[in-house]
Amino acid sequence: MMRLQVYKSLFCTFFKIGGILFGGGLAMLPLLEREIVNKKKWVTEDEILDIYGIGQCTPGIIAVNTATFIGYRQGGFLGSLFATLGLITPSLFIICLIASILQNFLHIPWLLHALSGIRLIVCAMMIRTVRTLATKGIVDWKGGFIFLSTLLLACFTKIPTAFFIIGSALTGILIQTGKKQRSSL
Amino acid sequence: MTYIYLAFEFFKIGLFSVGGGMATLPFLLNLTKKYDWFTAAELSHMVAISESTPGPVGINMATYAGYQAGGVLGALVATLSLVAPAFLFILLIAKFLENFSEHPLVKASFYGIRPTVAALIGYAVFELIKISLLSNSSPSSILPWFLLILFFFLMEAKPFKTLHPLFWIVFGAGLGVVFGL
Repeated sequence: MMRLQVYKSLFCTFFKIGGILFGGGLAMLPLLEREIVNKKKWVTEDEILDIYGIGQCTPGIIAVNTATFIGYRQGGFLGSLFATLGLITPSLFIICLIASILQNFLHIPWLLHALSGIRLIVCAMMIRTVRTLATKGIVDWKGGFIFLSTLLLACFTKIPTAFFIIGSALTGILIQTGKKQRSSL
Repeated sequence: MTYIYLAFEFFKIGLFSVGGGMATLPFLLNLTKKYDWFTAAELSHMVAISESTPGPVGINMATYAGYQAGGVLGALVATLSLVAPAFLFILLIAKFLENFSEHPLVKASFYGIRPTVAALIGYAVFELIKISLLSNSSPSSILPWFLLILFFFLMEAKPFKTLHPLFWIVFGAGLGVVFGL
């Protein structure tokens, strides 16, 4: 009985987060602090930052990773399952609904104008994201070189995106082990 | 058959997109070149809608893309497949690896991954700008470029930095209607 309540609470809490969260990644942190740290007291302030850090350096959507992790801590495997399903359920309903309705209205001119306007906002937001990620992620000229060469290759060749991720991870390991060997000489 | 391809492609996206929802966009762009599920122009609508509705952007985009490819079941298959690798990965970490993000190998690989993710999102912006600004009815128009730069600097301005993203969405939609973009 107790366990069932934990699952229910996990599902409902993350359902709520999924239903009021806008944007992605970093936008979620204040919301998580309010719901998970202050209200539910499932984890402390420091722990949420750790979990968030793990979410950023593992594959997948950061919000989902965080939900999975907290779900596991609270209720094991099933807990993580309920937390994750809770988080994605609002999106499934809302997006399917909008997608099915929108197809019939996409010929309305003002709707297309509004979408074009939103698209410009999204472009501006993404340029900001790139700038933030680049300033945080590029620590020296080698990082800058990785950034520029990836950007050019991605824009003008057909190399699969996954290749860049694997290649850059290997490059990072090579550069860092090279550094260590030189400093130990 | 579509569902199998959807499951395969979105599992792959879930496995290789590091750094959040927008990191899935370059993968989705490549899907438009490989399959006839949706065009790049439709994808740009999906991005706009995913940002303006509740839910993590990455999940919204996957659901939308899956719906376009195969209806409600397609949406379900795409979203669950996207989530699956991360789910398994986090379970492993939560169970076995206490200090995963502190491990030297993880740290070293992220020395390379971080600039790459920034560049890949940069590539997605490049494509999105090509679709939104260059393929418009009046390609010579300078107005959308002006608005894009205006939006960027408004968002950077101190008094507006803390505004809810929804405010910007409504602002953009309003200006879009007013100027007939």
